[in-house]
Amino acid sequence: MIKYVIIIISMVLVNNYPLAQFLGICPFLGVSKDMDSATGMGIAVTFVMVLATAVTWPIQQLLNSQGIGYLQTVVFILVIAALVQLIEMFMKKNMVGLYKSLGIYLPLITTNCAVLGVCISNIDSGYNYPQSLFNAFGAGLGFLFAMIIMAGVRSKLVDQSRIPKSFQGVPIILITAAIMSLSFMGFGGMFS
Amino acid sequence: MEKKSKLAILANGLIKENPVLVLVIGTCPTLATSTSVTNGFGMGISAMAVLVCSNIVISMLRKIIPDSVRIPCYITVIAGFVTIVQLVVKAFAPALDKSLGLYLPLIVVNCIILGRAEMFANKNSIFDSALDGIGMGLGFTLTLVVMGSIRELLGSGTWCGIPVLSRIMPGMSIMTLVPGGFFVYAIVMAFVHYITTDKSKIKDGFGCDGCASADECSDGSACVKGEVA
Repeated sequence: MIKYVIIIISMVLVNNYPLAQFLGICPFLGVSKDMDSATGMGIAVTFVMVLATAVTWPIQQLLNSQGIGYLQTVVFILVIAALVQLIEMFMKKNMVGLYKSLGIYLPLITTNCAVLGVCISNIDSGYNYPQSLFNAFGAGLGFLFAMIIMAGVRSKLVDQSRIPKSFQGVPIILITAAIMSLSFMGFGGMFS
Repeated sequence: MEKKSKLAILANGLIKENPVLVLVIGTCPTLATSTSVTNGFGMGISAMAVLVCSNIVISMLRKIIPDSVRIPCYITVIAGFVTIVQLVVKAFAPALDKSLGLYLPLIVVNCIILGRAEMFANKNSIFDSALDGIGMGLGFTLTLVVMGSIRELLGSGTWCGIPVLSRIMPGMSIMTLVPGGFFVYAIVMAFVHYITTDKSKIKDGFGCDGCASADECSDGSACVKGEVA
């Protein structure tokens, strides 16, 4: 049990996806403008990551047993795209409330590199099935965590009049991210 | 859409619509693989190969693919080419394959490629699409090489593995790490803002320009605050 806790903590703090591994940067910078959409996006990504891992891990075993493991990229992205579409349709019909709050983020998640990234890195690091699921869950939590911090910082950045003109807009957000990831480096070495 | 000259299409991706610095798409591989010049160059060329091939094929099929299922079709085409590039790199440049690691298969979700397929290749002729792919690919590669040079020079004092600054000062390894990536990206983008004469072009956020689903959501409803996935 302690092993799974370590996986989750290390994915949230030490190997945080947007801040330490450069995965899922686009939504991290793009959707972090206000707290509500940041939280919604974070939860939706966590949800899709766990489900995608739950589906792609067995598929990889199937591909390996047939000796066509090199088709990984093609199969995974199609499976994820289909899965996201399915979830969206299912939510629209059966969970209207949830669909209204999370549904709008779902189509964007297909091309989010963090989702495909977590599926592939689970295979590459040789995790077994429960470990993969916890790893995906931790990655999603880490993403949510980073999104919430970023949205909090950006809500204080609304007035940009005191920022040099060239740095207004995207560059100042990148500087913010740089400082955030610098502080997250302090977590490095927590686990050997 | 006005008719553009072939050269304008090619030059478009280099500066005016540089995918990384102006459209702000494809940020993940930019930050992750610009740790050194060779890595940045390898990533840029791999992405360019996929971009040119997928632009050509999608442009060829633009009259056959039904509109409602075009995104899955594009992804299939792109994923096929990414697999080819992955296998080629693994076979001929195993060192590059190791240092790019996870980011090589992740070219498939690089928004530059899907974005260009959606915005350019499905509306233009095969030759124009190929040119657009080359231009965008060169813009991407150029940015990666510039960022890679800055980070490698400051971070380890070398350029392409040749010692340059390492004799004068010790490398600041933070530049090759994650915070350095964000920092250099911000500085380069601010510099581009500074030299761009057309000040009105400066973006205050992430617009719909590079978004793959820009056509479907004219009102911006599907893409909350103009997010580019």
